Amino acid sequence: MQILPLVLINLRRHRWRAAIGAAGIAFGVAAMLTIIAIVSGAIGMFQRLLANDSHFLVFERNVSDLFFSSVTSAQVASLRANPRVAAAQPVLFALVSSPGHPMITCFGLEAGDQRLAKARWIAGQPADFGAREGEIFLGERAAGFLAARHGDTVAIGRGTFRVGGVFATENGFEDGGVFLPLKAAQEFFHRGDAASVVSVKLRNSAEAAAFRRDVESALPGVIALENREFNSSYNSFRILNFTAWAVGVCAFCLGGLGVANTMLLSVFTRIRELAVLRVCGFSRGQVAGLIFGEAAALAAAGITAGFALGAVVLFALHRVPQLQGYVRAEVDVSVVLGIAGTAFITAAAGALYPARFASRVQPAEALRYE
Amino acid sequence: MSKPVLASAHRVSKSYDSGRIAVLREVSLSVQAGELVALWGASGSGKSTLLHLLGGLDTPDSGELRVCGLDPTPETNRLALRRHSIGFVFQLHNLIPDLTVEENLRVPALAIGRGLTETRARIATVVEEVGMAPRLKHRIQDLSGGERQRTAICRALMNSPQLLLADEPTGALDELTGTAVFALLKRLAERDGLAVILATHERRFAEACHRIIRVRDGRLDEIAA
Repeated sequence: MQILPLVLINLRRHRWRAAIGAAGIAFGVAAMLTIIAIVSGAIGMFQRLLANDSHFLVFERNVSDLFFSSVTSAQVASLRANPRVAAAQPVLFALVSSPGHPMITCFGLEAGDQRLAKARWIAGQPADFGAREGEIFLGERAAGFLAARHGDTVAIGRGTFRVGGVFATENGFEDGGVFLPLKAAQEFFHRGDAASVVSVKLRNSAEAAAFRRDVESALPGVIALENREFNSSYNSFRILNFTAWAVGVCAFCLGGLGVANTMLLSVFTRIRELAVLRVCGFSRGQVAGLIFGEAAALAAAGITAGFALGAVVLFALHRVPQLQGYVRAEVDVSVVLGIAGTAFITAAAGALYPARFASRVQPAEALRYE
Repeated sequence: MSKPVLASAHRVSKSYDSGRIAVLREVSLSVQAGELVALWGASGSGKSTLLHLLGGLDTPDSGELRVCGLDPTPETNRLALRRHSIGFVFQLHNLIPDLTVEENLRVPALAIGRGLTETRARIATVVEEVGMAPRLKHRIQDLSGGERQRTAICRALMNSPQLLLADEPTGALDELTGTAVFALLKRLAERDGLAVILATHERRFAEACHRIIRVRDGRLDEIAA
């Protein structure tokens, strides 16, 4: 810690230069925090949407995305017939368009689905769902952007439907989606009797392994995954997570270049001072350590500023009506540590060449011309 | 009993620009503890180069060097010498301007990892000796030229060196201040037994040293003090 005054003094005498270096890191931190918060928020919502208080998700084996999964009604019936199963709720996912809205998620549900019971109904009631033909039900946000109210007619895809009800959920995907009875959805999307995924709730959660064996032996075309297994293995989640970190790392690379630039300038403008440190007995390692120390100080300042900036951005995004439910304002400690670690590594990488250069300053050469 | 030889050079040569500029030509010299030796010569005569070679800041093309019992050419020896045996004073003090006197004096102690308490005690000793105690908390830019040079001498003394290499330490000072700084160096040699090699172009300081070695055309001539 005794070296700290030497580290800080140089940053202090070139405040603006140091601030620009730290800003690079700060923007990287803020960008990464925001992207990860949005992606993890979206993933979390999708997980909650699928899980629906269940223990297992059952879907077609070897599909790249749940939108392409088909679980037949016979398979659903087989699941329901399993004595270990308390409830099995099929859901069909599809994408539809409406004038001015090219992509809307459509959910095909059975009338007894828990989602409907748990929603806060703004117009209509759960018992209306599937009671009359030609009716569609809207999430609150979907009703907003479609400018549709209970009883209105809306154009969805190639069809027109009467709005049978509007309800609000805490899930952004559901809130921005449209809902059809499962049979109507299967017919509308030409999916025969298939659902995309079935949420299975067991009578006894301790029987998970036995249930999995039952599915493997009786229904070889589908796979049953516990929710946590699904979260870690579902390709789309992995791609989203990877993309978030990749974009964040790219932002950090720019920050790292900023640090490299700052540190290079810092080294070039005080070659004589570095030479004097060598004369005073500093080893090459100690001189390099000084430069790395400065980079670490820049990173620490940047990380602090970046988290503050990221928090402000997330707070603002959280309040945007269109993003309601999509942005997850809380971030796990592991993510915070990961971002901070990435920032330090980036700063260290940016300081690598300047530190090497500084450690190789030849005192005699630097001091020759006084 | 003769005093120990702390710095010696035997037929040392040094050139620059791939041998085109010969700065030192087979020079030899020997300096004992307690001696104040002047390297006297014009600018560019090779005084600084010789100091740099003795201080392990540069390497000779040929010849042998011995400083405090070590060859100052290998990196490990250089570092050991700079840390424990040699102190440098330059014409321009080369202090870190934004730091205080005390913080500047901590730099050599940092290099050897000396503890804070011990460092403070040593700082108190050297500033007392050099008369800089009242200015300890002042920033370098707030000091006069003489005070800066005295601070640089304090820094050179921080790790209790045996050999002090002073490169034109009075060159940037007025006559009165220069005289005071020179008197300080002489006292360090005579009272504390340091070997002091003083590169200077000023005859009056050279003549006040124990020995004068004239540096001219890359060669050394010892002349009567």
